[in-house]
Amino acid sequence: MAFFTSSSTRKTRFVGERQWVSRISAAMAWAMGLLFFFPVLWMVATSFKTEGSAQTSTPNLNFDGGFDRFREVMKDLPGTLTFFKALGTSMFVVLVSTLVVLLLAIPAAYALSIRPIHKWRDVLLFFISTKFLPIAAAILPLYAIFRKFALLDTRLGLIIVYTSMNLPLAVWMLRSFFSEVPRELIEAAEIDGASFMQRVTRILLPIVGPGVSATALLCFIFAWNEFFLAVNLTTFRSQTIPIWVTTMISTRGQFLAKLSAASTLACLPVVIAGWAAQKRLVRGLTMGAVK
Amino acid sequence: MKTTNAASSAGPDDAHRRVTNRRMSPLQRQQWSRRLPLLPALLFTVVVTQFPFLLTVWYSVHEWDFLKPHSFKFNGLRNFSKPLQDPFFREAALNTLITTVGTVIIATIIGTFLAVLLDKKFFGQGFIRTLLITPFLIMPVAASLIWRHGFLDATYGFVNWILESLGFGRTGFTSKHALFSVVLVLVWQWTPFIMLIILSGLQSQTQEVIEAARVDGANAFAVFRRITIPHLRPYLELGALLGSIYLLQTFDTVAQLVGGAPDARNIPYFIYQRSIGGGWKFGSSSAFGVVVVIATIIIANVTLRLISSLLEGEK
Repeated sequence: MAFFTSSSTRKTRFVGERQWVSRISAAMAWAMGLLFFFPVLWMVATSFKTEGSAQTSTPNLNFDGGFDRFREVMKDLPGTLTFFKALGTSMFVVLVSTLVVLLLAIPAAYALSIRPIHKWRDVLLFFISTKFLPIAAAILPLYAIFRKFALLDTRLGLIIVYTSMNLPLAVWMLRSFFSEVPRELIEAAEIDGASFMQRVTRILLPIVGPGVSATALLCFIFAWNEFFLAVNLTTFRSQTIPIWVTTMISTRGQFLAKLSAASTLACLPVVIAGWAAQKRLVRGLTMGAVK
Repeated sequence: MKTTNAASSAGPDDAHRRVTNRRMSPLQRQQWSRRLPLLPALLFTVVVTQFPFLLTVWYSVHEWDFLKPHSFKFNGLRNFSKPLQDPFFREAALNTLITTVGTVIIATIIGTFLAVLLDKKFFGQGFIRTLLITPFLIMPVAASLIWRHGFLDATYGFVNWILESLGFGRTGFTSKHALFSVVLVLVWQWTPFIMLIILSGLQSQTQEVIEAARVDGANAFAVFRRITIPHLRPYLELGALLGSIYLLQTFDTVAQLVGGAPDARNIPYFIYQRSIGGGWKFGSSSAFGVVVVIATIIIANVTLRLISSLLEGEK
């Protein structure tokens, strides 16, 4: 679709149009950014209110609650799931499972990219295809197995399921990072007699470090936010932060401000980590996979 | 992997090798050294994902009420007559399809639009990108509960206040328009994710081609349709693939946003309800699960084949 205009008028129109377009698009970007962020902002704002001013039919800006709601939700009430207990479980389970995922996925990704096995493509598709299995169909045998081996309501049980949940994604992402590494580097190290461990830790990891941390972050996000497995495989001892958030809901009285404070606390670690690593996150998902 | 001549090739000079690795040819050894790093991850995945699935198949040909001891009885394929006839299951399957496909399509359209906006330089670009990705980082359970009680609630919801101010009536979204509410919140959470993937696609585009096309007189729309969209295709596919993998499993939003309302109930929630969510009918629930797995495998296979361009371009 070419416009047959004389070259001089085209050029001026081109520049003028561009400036106009870029102003409009900047304004739209701001509008959309604020629109998408508003629910989060409002959630944080609501957590600084009293329950009375949080739940009104006309929104208001009475921040009369101060930090009271945060203190309230962090209070230790015996016999209930407390914030610090859930935080401890979540932190432990999420960090350990992310670490195990990396320990399993780094060698696997190596075998799928740097020195690929035959049919590496089929193996990669197998890993991805396990993510298509509806977790609801696997939860019954998992529940039965966990009951048999006393894994119900344990941290170890959650670590196992979170590892299997994140492993396919980690293998996918790491493989795409690894396939960017020049093979000559690895081959040279091999000729020099470097062992598999040395090749991975001395040569590979320093190069793909940012990619590994992005992968770890994504595993962290998904495990931290996971609810279905946690709610079905734990009852009291090993309940995680998402379950703690749901305990804010009560049928008696108002709870929106409390819920907002709890949600703010629950989302904080992932939001901060995600903001810090936003650029790497995308690189890991797209690099190598799409070239 | 043909290694038939390997066993016969062993000569006297191979003695040292036979000590470390009996009956293995160099080729085989090399192959195993390549496979070895893969094995822990592969074994773990097979044990934790495939073994439970086999058990699901085993359960599915039994009658089994989890709460009644000794109720585990073989009953052949009788459980499988249920899924296709059960209207609730068919509804759940349809809802799963609507939530997944609907969310992926809407999120991809909005996500592409946002990525195009973010791709241009403007004041506060990084700040706006940070704001835009935040919904993806919010815990789905928290997002569902906040949307339900703070935004979509008939009396106290922010959205309803806006609707009323604009002259529309207030609506109990999560009860009356449950499916719409689920898609709304899922779109809010997944648009940033798809936007990020498309944005990285846009940024990997070479500017010379676009400049050349514009100098040749192509307008912005033509450039976008003829150059940008084809370039973005693998990124759009990747976003849709990863998005649907996670959206198919949606549970938190259905459970917490609309409390499992029947007109938004999807397959994960349906199976949960029939089994550990209170029904405890492990046998027939497993049959539902098996049907879903078979359907998903067919759909996933077709999808992965269609978009296998993701894996091309590499040795």
